[in-house]
Amino acid sequence: MALQLRRKTHESVTYIDRDSAPRIVASGMDFLLEDLPVGTRVIYPNPPIKGLPNREAAIRYALNHPHDCDPLFAQLEPGMKVTIAVDDISMPIPPMKTPDIRQTALEILLEMLHGHGVDDVHIIIAISLHRKMTAPEMKRMVGQKIWDDFYPDRYYNHDAEDPSNLVLLGENEHKEPLRINRRAAESDLLIYLNFNFVPMNGGHKSVGVGLCDYESLRAHHNPNVIRASHSYMDPAGSELGRVISRVGKIADEHLNVFHIETTVNNYMFGADMGFLTKSEDDFTAFDRMKYEAMRYTMKKMPLPAKRAMYNSLKGNYEMIACHAGRTEPVHDLIIQKSMDQYVVPIQGQCDILICPVPDMSPYSINSILNPLLVQVMALGYHFNMYRGKPLLKKGGTLILHHPCNDEFDHNFHPSYIEFFNRLLPETRDANVLRDKYEQEFANNPSYVEMYRRGNAYHGSHPFFMWYWGEGGRQHAGHVIAAGAQNAHVPAMMGWERADNLTEAIAMGRSYMGSSAEITMLHQPIIAIADME
Amino acid sequence: MAAAAFYDLEGTLVSTNLVHTLGFYARNEPGLFRSVKKSAATLLSLPIFAITDQYSRKVFNDLYFKRYKGVSEDRLRYLADDLFLSVLKPAIFPGTYELLEKSRSLGLRQVVVTGALDVSVKPLMEHLEIKDYVANRLEFVNGVATGRLLPPVMAAATKASWIRVFAEREGISLSDSYAYTDSMSDLPMLSIVGHPAAICPDMRLRQTALHHDWPILNLK
Repeated sequence: MALQLRRKTHESVTYIDRDSAPRIVASGMDFLLEDLPVGTRVIYPNPPIKGLPNREAAIRYALNHPHDCDPLFAQLEPGMKVTIAVDDISMPIPPMKTPDIRQTALEILLEMLHGHGVDDVHIIIAISLHRKMTAPEMKRMVGQKIWDDFYPDRYYNHDAEDPSNLVLLGENEHKEPLRINRRAAESDLLIYLNFNFVPMNGGHKSVGVGLCDYESLRAHHNPNVIRASHSYMDPAGSELGRVISRVGKIADEHLNVFHIETTVNNYMFGADMGFLTKSEDDFTAFDRMKYEAMRYTMKKMPLPAKRAMYNSLKGNYEMIACHAGRTEPVHDLIIQKSMDQYVVPIQGQCDILICPVPDMSPYSINSILNPLLVQVMALGYHFNMYRGKPLLKKGGTLILHHPCNDEFDHNFHPSYIEFFNRLLPETRDANVLRDKYEQEFANNPSYVEMYRRGNAYHGSHPFFMWYWGEGGRQHAGHVIAAGAQNAHVPAMMGWERADNLTEAIAMGRSYMGSSAEITMLHQPIIAIADME
Repeated sequence: MAAAAFYDLEGTLVSTNLVHTLGFYARNEPGLFRSVKKSAATLLSLPIFAITDQYSRKVFNDLYFKRYKGVSEDRLRYLADDLFLSVLKPAIFPGTYELLEKSRSLGLRQVVVTGALDVSVKPLMEHLEIKDYVANRLEFVNGVATGRLLPPVMAAATKASWIRVFAEREGISLSDSYAYTDSMSDLPMLSIVGHPAAICPDMRLRQTALHHDWPILNLK
């Protein structure tokens, strides 16, 4: 009876009973079927909020009814210099089906600008220290027409290592500098087009991070700021958000920024793969058949083919809100809507948190989820998906499920390889890594060139990924890598290893007691646990 | 301890290779007949150069520098500026300037170690503001090239030896130093520094770089 009652706490929370179906557990590119202990709490994503029926109209409405500033058309003058900065494809995950929201919004914006005699327009992808998007990715994001009209001279990636194209806007009272893209800074109007996928995105982070350089980023991308963030997915409790805001405000003080934010529902997969976000207890026979077909196919496929297929997955996301105007009111409204979609009320922390890790991450689009990214997804992103207090008790056991292959993308993540092989054997202390090595990597001429002329993440990026996991690392008493196919990757990360989930749970219980409360985040998931 | 960045030149910082230089000198032979004859001979030698380069850089050098036999030292010096302006300068990779600038900003000594001829690279080194460089030197008798090189011949392991000696003499830490090349023949040079990298590498070096997790740059 008690179990029956517990099953109904929220539509996105299920407790495992004796007769519950086995659960799908994501692990890299595989989706395994596992029996979980009775009483395990499984958290699913909320059902998608219905998308706006006419997103073009919603974007136009936002442009014409902005918050705390004049409508966009009223700010335009013939001959003015305008820069549109857009978020890169690190969000959403997986990339959305075309047309991307950014394409739709850009088409509307460019039409409006042209109609008002504004032709000096540049579109800059605000990559910050992310990798530069490849030409096919850029084309896919904006569509053929914008591509033909703007690429490459007026549609390009921001370059955080081009000193001649960066300009110092100023410093705040904490001596935190903000140096941003010169073209954006010297425009009469800077329009920032944001794609808000998780609550950490958007707001002052858009201009203040997306268009900045390494030195500006150091002010907030450091272990101490991350440790003080509870969590960085909750704007109210995020020290990261606070520091970014005070740095980002420098941009609003110096520039005329027209901020556009959009957010989407969590309609990740269509009918074909939709079963992955559904409770297994509600599976139809057809769902089970689709799952078995997928599992069989993935098992038989060679790794490169599997990865190609995995990377070809596209999200069905629909826009649920669009606001424009001044940065802060716009961001507040978008966060509110985003939280409406993601928040799942949860009662009570758990002793053991199971966090399967599928090969989906903002940093591995069209690439590989290397060990550092596995780390950031488990101890960074998923651990931080809470509001109030963490889902996992302090000193609890976090079980991640991933093969943890020692595999890196040489084009996209070259500095990660050196970080992993050279630095982690020496220390895992984030502050030591920052003090001793971060600047060496950031200034390594090879990594700088690979960032500038290739498609590599900045040399300092693996450090940020390590700091990003600092909250989870400091909080969890034990981290167990279930399903890891080698011993050295977990060892290098400071994790224990288990062959499978059953073994990992047994290990977790040996630390936390046989009556340990277990919770699993059912992956793929975007949900914020609202802890009571 | 000080550190340095060691660069191969041709194919690494500039897109040309030794044959472009030879072709330039052949085209500029005095007299139409000699110019055509030398150019044709250079053209016909290309497959042999390609094969020998794959086999051994030493054999390649022996064959290649024989083509200079009979050329006067004055003439090589006289044509060096033209060679720089018309062949080498346009061939400098756009990323070369950025790489050198970033490297300099870290306080690294800039050192070019090349198998090209010293007379032909001098203007390029001045243009790139690189003071430390070592290149191959032709042997001249009575001001005329014999087609042989004076030792040490800069190729493969000799480059690495030269770098070791240079580093010891100048108090440079090799483990903090960088090396860049495009060719598998320079593997020894990459192997002795702490931060090796391949630039627009040939297929064999690309595989090696991937195997050793070395950065692969494209300066184009």
